[in-house]
Amino acid sequence: MTQSLGDASASATRILPSSSPRSQARDGALAAGAPPGNALRPEDIALAAQQGAAKPGEDVANYALRLGDDALILAQRLAHWISRAPELEEDVALGNIALDQLGHARSFLTYAGSAWGKTEDELAYFRREPEFRSAHLFEQPNGDFAATIARQFIVANYQFPLYRALVNSSDPLLAAIAAKAVKEVDYHRDHSTQWVLRLAGGTEESRRRMIAGLKLMWPFVGELFEDDALTARLGDAGVVPSSLKAEFDRATAEVLDEAELDVSAYPMATGGGRQGRHSEHLGFVLAELQVLAREFPGASW
Amino acid sequence: MAHEAPSEADAAGAENFERILAKDSRVEPKDWMPDAYRRSLVRQISQHAHSEIIGMQPEANWITRAPSLKRKSILMAKVQDEAGHGLYLYSAAETLGTSRDEMMDALVQGTARYSSIFNYPTVTWADMGAIGWMVDGAAICNQVPLCRASYGPYGRAMVRVCKEESFHQRQGFEILLELANGTPEQRAMAQDAVNRWYAPSLMMFGPPDDDSPNSKQSMAWNIKRFSNDELRNRFVGMLVEQVKVLGLTLPDDEVRFNEDTKKWEHGPLDWEEFKEVLAGRGPCNAQRLERRRSAHEDGAWVREAASAYAEKQAAEHAQKVAA
Amino acid sequence: MSPQESTESTTPAPGEGGHRWPLWEVFVRSSRGLSHVHAGSLHAPDAAMALRNARDLYTRRNEGVSIWVVPSDAIAASDPDAKGAFFESPQGKDYRHATYYTKSEGVKHL
Repeated sequence: MTQSLGDASASATRILPSSSPRSQARDGALAAGAPPGNALRPEDIALAAQQGAAKPGEDVANYALRLGDDALILAQRLAHWISRAPELEEDVALGNIALDQLGHARSFLTYAGSAWGKTEDELAYFRREPEFRSAHLFEQPNGDFAATIARQFIVANYQFPLYRALVNSSDPLLAAIAAKAVKEVDYHRDHSTQWVLRLAGGTEESRRRMIAGLKLMWPFVGELFEDDALTARLGDAGVVPSSLKAEFDRATAEVLDEAELDVSAYPMATGGGRQGRHSEHLGFVLAELQVLAREFPGASW
Repeated sequence: MAHEAPSEADAAGAENFERILAKDSRVEPKDWMPDAYRRSLVRQISQHAHSEIIGMQPEANWITRAPSLKRKSILMAKVQDEAGHGLYLYSAAETLGTSRDEMMDALVQGTARYSSIFNYPTVTWADMGAIGWMVDGAAICNQVPLCRASYGPYGRAMVRVCKEESFHQRQGFEILLELANGTPEQRAMAQDAVNRWYAPSLMMFGPPDDDSPNSKQSMAWNIKRFSNDELRNRFVGMLVEQVKVLGLTLPDDEVRFNEDTKKWEHGPLDWEEFKEVLAGRGPCNAQRLERRRSAHEDGAWVREAASAYAEKQAAEHAQKVAA
Repeated sequence: MSPQESTESTTPAPGEGGHRWPLWEVFVRSSRGLSHVHAGSLHAPDAAMALRNARDLYTRRNEGVSIWVVPSDAIAASDPDAKGAFFESPQGKDYRHATYYTKSEGVKHL
């Protein structure tokens, strides 16, 4: 029985266990006095911050803000799929991914906010567009399912090596958040890989759409791996973005080769998200995200 | 299976079926069952599944605008659960020989029904609270007895659904509680939502007993365990107590406990409106169906792609084995 | 009778109709040391996706440590109409159960 199940899924199965970061992550979390990495919740971080056990410096907070904004904007985009996915099973799958990303966002934003005496909600709902630090990729519209999968494929292959490295951060809270996130993102990588292979190798139409989706999203790859003064100052606390590019190229090429897709000709767009310069889309995302909270400033929900 | 004249096997099957019901045991997919029982179950279970799927929409309407990240997570998980519940129920219905495609086609073509409450719009955040507290509350009252439905797969699906539903009702109650204790505007928003969802939630139990043609047979088959009015009255009693904790009021000054019958009673409900909405003339009927249809149609190329890929992979695998 | 006598399925065959995703039965092991137990079914284009859909649908609340998926049509079931004949033999053979042996009651460690 095991044999037949394994056989049927052999060529398309890509669940790579990430066992080594796990144990390190747990140590990181425990060092911070937080629960083990796989159970770290935003509430735990808020509590640790309140008790003064976890207060990041300015640079770490700004770094956490970037990671949190990426995840928040992506979650907001993915949430739109729930009740609109191509099949009910996929409603549930995309919902899980959106929930994972929202969880990461809440943890990073809670931690970032503790540096400035702000809550996750104050950061999410009461900052203006130029104060958001997310990269352009995350705010790109969902498009069709292929465009969403293209975006997921890039995001997951960026976030996975990022969080895997961040597990070793000298900042114990960042390490703990990454330890929880890396396992979830590993699954997101698998999910997007499965769909890239199927859409590219399915029908003529699905292949055409997959190619179009990648063409739309690939220009935003470049910005993800740009270093700047902040990432340089972080030292062991953060991960140097450019150091992740080789692994990103290797991992994506493996799947793209199997799918017989070529992205080498797509030009890179000008980024700017890390400095608060966004594409045309973020304003609308924030308008929807923030409308109710801003209607009742100071209210509790 | 053709049923021209009752065969010997049918007679034995019917006898066995009656024995199962008499013992209050469970009917399983491959057992003989009367055609009417099968049809009735497919109708009820698929309606129930459709309600979960259409019911995602009024709440999904607020996911992107949820006023805190915690509430956003909770609401997202809840709407996602509803997709899950729809799936549990479709698979229970499929054991009766009707495919999900057939059921989905009936839904998008408008020939299948779903709970008419989902044809009302969610116009404020407080509606997320009212739906959780009252609509899910009513659903739980309806569903808990269904865990003992005589058809095994239905009962098992309901056990799973009910376990997950209780979180839905509590989160809704908490939303209202938070609003009721908030600013005057928030409090007004909560009361307004309770006012709008009260009557529709009571009507979720179906028409009054003397106007509910299917109920009797359904009870005889051990599918339904309590009548519509029994469940509705019990539900009103719960609301009366719970609304006090919220510090809000029910929009019904005729709610009272009848000492003679030992039952809760409520004011008259507008069954004409109920029939209108059920017949497709509610505020959001067309919108809800259109959304489901477009999701289904827009997804067709994805489903086709995955099938085509699976076929190619299987063919490749077969070739390798043969070589 | 052989179990194969009643394999007629009420579900569409895998691949039938081209675009229809076949039905899979899902079995979940809730913790190490326990058997996989039937949890329900779902639709998926192939085994790899069936496993993933099962993970999302049936283990959202920590319900499992391992999942099996089996094409619904691959399951052979005993014929419910032959229940009498198929399961009659063990009836009345109470000497197969420890409770049959009453004279040894009260004897320690037996």
